[in-house]
Amino acid sequence: MRTLEQTTQEVLELAARHFNLPARSLAPEDDFFKKLGIDSLQTLEMLSRLENHFGIELPDYEVQGVSDFKTLAERIQSRL
Amino acid sequence: MLDLSKYQSIGEALRDALDRFSEEVCLIEADREREKERLTYREFKRRALPLARALQEAGFASGDRASIIMTNQSKWLISAYAVFFAGGVLVPLDYKLTSDEQWQLLKHSGSSILITEYPIWRQLSASAGRTAATNIATVLVTEAPVGVDLAGAQRWEEFHSTGEPVFVPRKRSDTASIVYSSGTGGRPKGCMMTHENYLEQCIALTSIYPFWPGVRYLSILPTNHAIDFMVGFFGPFTCGAAVVHLRTLRPEYVREAFPKYKITYVSLVPLVLKNLQKGLQARFDALPPGKRKLFNTLVAINKALTNRQPRPRISRLLLKQVHAAFGGELRTIIVGGAFTEPQTLQFFYNLGIPVANGYGLTEAGTAITVNDLNPFRADTVGKPLPGMEVRIVNPAGDGVGEVAVRSKTVMSGYLNDPELTTETIVDGWLMTGDLGKLDEAGHLILSGRKKNMIVTEEGKNIYPEDIEKAFESLPVKEFCVFAANYIWPKRSMTGERLVLVLHLEPGHQYSDELRRDINARNHRLLNYKRVHGVVLLDEDFPRTASLKIKRTELTARLARLDSATAIQPL
Repeated sequence: MRTLEQTTQEVLELAARHFNLPARSLAPEDDFFKKLGIDSLQTLEMLSRLENHFGIELPDYEVQGVSDFKTLAERIQSRL
Repeated sequence: MLDLSKYQSIGEALRDALDRFSEEVCLIEADREREKERLTYREFKRRALPLARALQEAGFASGDRASIIMTNQSKWLISAYAVFFAGGVLVPLDYKLTSDEQWQLLKHSGSSILITEYPIWRQLSASAGRTAATNIATVLVTEAPVGVDLAGAQRWEEFHSTGEPVFVPRKRSDTASIVYSSGTGGRPKGCMMTHENYLEQCIALTSIYPFWPGVRYLSILPTNHAIDFMVGFFGPFTCGAAVVHLRTLRPEYVREAFPKYKITYVSLVPLVLKNLQKGLQARFDALPPGKRKLFNTLVAINKALTNRQPRPRISRLLLKQVHAAFGGELRTIIVGGAFTEPQTLQFFYNLGIPVANGYGLTEAGTAITVNDLNPFRADTVGKPLPGMEVRIVNPAGDGVGEVAVRSKTVMSGYLNDPELTTETIVDGWLMTGDLGKLDEAGHLILSGRKKNMIVTEEGKNIYPEDIEKAFESLPVKEFCVFAANYIWPKRSMTGERLVLVLHLEPGHQYSDELRRDINARNHRLLNYKRVHGVVLLDEDFPRTASLKIKRTELTARLARLDSATAIQPL
């Protein structure tokens, strides 16, 4: 079982890879809309990648209003 | 379809539709690749009437208000019909708002019943805003897991009664719905829509874009939004068509839904349409040179053959693979909620997929103008719908002035706000606050806004006053939020931004610390509500005797600044 820290780290690495950024340029508290310059649709695409990676289903409502990696990782963690 | 001119209310029309089209499929609900539910009109009725009866037994009576906060799904429409059957007034609220905003509107609407889904209720029930909305007497929650504490709510699935409910008739002039066009921060704008508004809008829209049994409408825009309520519920239901709901709006599942359910119509916001365009363009660009050349030739032939009017059969034959990806039966993409760039519209039309772009606002009962494709024009928002009178107020030399509308579809007013109603509906004309002109062919061309607001590509109306709360107690002398185009008018309907105007305390500088504070507050707002930059003004804001900011006067002062240098990006 992953710890929340591990999950957060994997979320950051995956997002960095997905958007071609250096992994170290992203931090847990970062606002991904702003940091990645993405819109709500691209966020949904990123979520699908995260679901595949973690092998979970993350309903759309779970990420409603979430805009930072840390909270996103917490939502994922609760479903692992 | 039903002859809606003979009906008095939404409930009456829907009641007849359920009997007339009883064996047709009305709803399909899918969650990812799984189909969860498929209902005929008969089954829909069987689900809705026990709920209507239970509502009546709970004391819900004619004119009482019931709010729905749900993502798009069968239970949304079943609940709405039960409310209309019982003579109630529906208050559809945006599920994307924060819990506090939802409680604010629940309170303002005076709803006695709230129908919502468990994940939303989990957040709502924990929100401090709940204590203020004492008007909510009954909360019905769908899909709640077994054994969870419902915090005073009841299970929607168990809230039914076996007796025969009594249909409660309503008059055309009665309020059918209260739809909030904005105002979560300060002044809620609850548009009171009458039964006549909906009946007439449906007649007008279906005269150009008809539904019939066999049509499948993919419902993606939130059903609380005026567009989806009309073309994703009332329109198709009064014509015997089917509505497809997806519980997950991930792009890959939306793409799969087109061929899987042979979609006929879909409504999208410009952001999603542009995303579709980008995806398709990338695929076309990746074609090997030979195939690319052939494809371009086919597109050119299609363009020439559909110059005067759409010819779906020919387009589907010529550009078979493109149309197959959309299921092969897509007639039109309806786009709304915000301005769509002409080149995006033209891109799809060239592929033989007409985009019904138009112009409207909740206050006018959804659409005012729509492209009738006769012929297709990407440079306008179309002609007024039948029954809509459009005029340009105080036109300048180039014909551009404020767009005003008069029609049976215009709301009766804003709930609890006669002052705002009087400002907005003048001598029977709805003043839209948008700027435009009518060309010789009667098409409306929009060119900017007169009102202090922005509309995002996701179709969200943002009023600066609504987000000022986020900056309260900022360590500055005073502040105010504006739409940049309101201060420095631009002949444009795209790229709209909000700016935060600051008057610093005497002797203070615009420090990094202050910028960080602003950024932190900005990030607490939903991403589409955030301010884009800061404007510094070194003078006192003009104020009324009651110390309210005189926004018009302040705008005039700000307009003297050079927008190119005045806005400091955050």
